[in-house]
Amino acid sequence: MAMPRYTLTLWRIAVFIAALVPLAWWSSQVAINAAGPEPGKYLLLNIGQGILWMLLLTLSLTPLTKLTRWKGFTLIRRQLGLWTLAYALLHLFCYAVFILGLDLSRLGSEIVRRPYIIVGMLALTGLIVMGVTSNKWSMRKLGKRWKTLHKIVYLVLGLGLLHFLWVVRADLEQWSLYAAVGALLMILRLPPIARQLPKFRQLIKRPGQAHA
Amino acid sequence: MLIKIAKPGDLRESDVTPESVYLSRRRFMGGLAGVGAGLALAGRAQAAASDYQDVPAGNPPGWFKPKLENAEWDSVVPADRELDKLTPFEDATHYNNFYEFGTGKGDPARNADSLKTQPWSVVIDGEVANGGRFALEDIAKPSRLQERIYRLRCVEAWSMVIPWLGIPLGDVIKRAEPTSKAKYVKFETLVAPDQMPGQDSSFALIDWPYTEGLRMDEAMHPLAILGLGMYGRELPNQNGAPFRLIVPWKYGFKSIKSIVRISLVEEQPVNSWQAIAPDEYGFYANVNPKVDHPRWSQATERRLPNSLFNPNIIDTRMFNGYADEVASLYQGMDLRKNF
Repeated sequence: MAMPRYTLTLWRIAVFIAALVPLAWWSSQVAINAAGPEPGKYLLLNIGQGILWMLLLTLSLTPLTKLTRWKGFTLIRRQLGLWTLAYALLHLFCYAVFILGLDLSRLGSEIVRRPYIIVGMLALTGLIVMGVTSNKWSMRKLGKRWKTLHKIVYLVLGLGLLHFLWVVRADLEQWSLYAAVGALLMILRLPPIARQLPKFRQLIKRPGQAHA
Repeated sequence: MLIKIAKPGDLRESDVTPESVYLSRRRFMGGLAGVGAGLALAGRAQAAASDYQDVPAGNPPGWFKPKLENAEWDSVVPADRELDKLTPFEDATHYNNFYEFGTGKGDPARNADSLKTQPWSVVIDGEVANGGRFALEDIAKPSRLQERIYRLRCVEAWSMVIPWLGIPLGDVIKRAEPTSKAKYVKFETLVAPDQMPGQDSSFALIDWPYTEGLRMDEAMHPLAILGLGMYGRELPNQNGAPFRLIVPWKYGFKSIKSIVRISLVEEQPVNSWQAIAPDEYGFYANVNPKVDHPRWSQATERRLPNSLFNPNIIDTRMFNGYADEVASLYQGMDLRKNF
């Protein structure tokens, strides 16, 4: 699937804009007073879910590439990874400003006392480590270890889901959906299954001949 | 060498109710009557209905209108009405925890239209001489409707100020003639998955019916009321129509909504949240800034509505600011253990 260079550039720009859309939507809801009596918490919770979308989308790129062989998916991996980090930093910002009212002494005590916050901060640390080593220089410098280091994304997914699970008070429906998608993406990485993905591509491409 | 480390459950000096607090209960009881009388003389009864002009009219049952006209307005109000300003009706009715209609704060307002509140009957049973199934209007009839402007502190660390209309819970219990075995009062919410979509969710952790309970002396306390209305009208469905509990010194989840059963019992009931997470939610659930929820601090609260520029964080008060009135109920109890 060869594509002209400018198409791929447009694709990257489109992804960039698409990643901004949820933030713009939530902000507009707050601006027109449609976000309820606690707009800070509205942003906190929605951006929190946004992190999981971004993370799951990032993790779906490898299976999608295997399935379609389209270069475009690989091209946006770093971008989506960095969006995940950006959403996570915004989420922490909302918590510190809108929930703790910038009482930094409380931030310190909450971080060490609340298990769900400890887990969330660990996940954020993982994202930061991947974010600062996402440039070409770090890739060259780290060589083979770069790939190993960036496997912490799986740990981040686990920690993120645990953080969300510990926030839930009484209904697991939403959480179960995220966890199920996360589990599916992990299963698609198991070598025996990952090997089958390119074959699926041929099936999709030539459904008639597959039966012949 | 012996080092003594205090366990989280240990009683500290600060846990003991100061004498001044429990002595002042008597003053409050006198004051309550005084407030009501004083305002009635001031002709407040006629003025109050117009206080809520911006509030959309409901569709109250016929028996509710004469009760409303005869209501005792401003029967209990916050001492500082500037600090405890009324939460706008729109916010109080669109930011609710009522899991029978969904777990999102906006779900109850979206989904509660399906609840049928007329006719409504309530079973009063257990350790009572005068039990049975009663039409709601018959339960409400003998008591005058009173307006109580209370702070509402959610266990999730946000709070509002709501003008309730209700009748003293103690009146209803007395009329049921509890026996000497009646030590606790247990309440149950309606179970009707066809009207309450949240009860259909297979992911819900709550085992319906939603259940709450009070100790007998808590239930008989004059601040505890059974709510029938708010903001000068009947209760909107999402706020627990047509009949709910309001216990202002406890976290909001104690104030059970859409009640269909009140049982006087001998054993301490297990309330729904305690059943799900006994380490997080106790039976008493008294508002207490010194005892944190394991997942978040209870020292402060966000008074709603707030804004991005001002999260409106205020200090949470012992017993939600009703310590003078209720602290004596818990005299000598370890409130860390009995959270």
